[in-house]
Amino acid sequence: MADTGTSAPTTNSGPGRLLIAVYILFAIAATSRAALQLATRFDEAPVAYLLSALAALIYIVAAVGLARAGHAGRRVALACCSVELVGVLGVGVLSLADPELFPDETVWSGFGSGYGYIPLVLPVLGLLWLWRTRHTTR
Amino acid sequence: MTSAASAGAPVDGILATATIVLSLVLALWSLVAAVRHRAPDRLQFVGLAVLEVALLALAVVALVALGGGERPGEPGAFFGYLVTLVCLPPLAWVLAKMEPTRWGSAIVCAVCLVLPVVVVRLQQTWEVAGG
Repeated sequence: MADTGTSAPTTNSGPGRLLIAVYILFAIAATSRAALQLATRFDEAPVAYLLSALAALIYIVAAVGLARAGHAGRRVALACCSVELVGVLGVGVLSLADPELFPDETVWSGFGSGYGYIPLVLPVLGLLWLWRTRHTTR
Repeated sequence: MTSAASAGAPVDGILATATIVLSLVLALWSLVAAVRHRAPDRLQFVGLAVLEVALLALAVVALVALGGGERPGEPGAFFGYLVTLVCLPPLAWVLAKMEPTRWGSAIVCAVCLVLPVVVVRLQQTWEVAGG
């Protein structure tokens, strides 16, 4: 009933809030995973674990960017979603082509297969959402 | 009583199963609400509250077991999941309150779909070494 649908949405309302919620969930998941990996067995797979940490950071910044809305927020979110998409595609391909490179799982290994491929879908949804709200800066 | 003792893991009992079932029911209910363009209703918030109480009880059971000398297989991951778990319903609550539209219901649905996964992971991190 409160679903207006007609007024131009900002990045932090309506579907955007759901997107932010999922970004927060992934920020939590990636952050705790990275923290644990870096703290307990950094030597085993430094590249994979640093990548986990980078992914975590990107999820956090993307969530903040979407939540802040406005010009700067959109810029930040756009950058994060782009890096994320490139990251998940790049790491996905690399992890299949050369598993040696990532001896331990990261959020982005196998195109995010360990997380139901949501890491692959999320940046696409983020970019689509930014595109749909492109005319509303506040 | 006997089955609980043989299962071993304190996070494996009926309480954990109850949180999973409740979470899935709540996910379904909020999905229906989202599809019907309904904002989060009272029942969703009550459900989140009950879920939180159940998770806190689960956390207490786990802590009591720890006090009794039992140890999870992967302590770090176990506590990570446990802390995350008890934070999920409040997160859904706050975001759903901020979004009184169908998307608020969608948020409750999303969190309630993630929650059972975390419960299962919690159980796995307990069992690794203990089993």
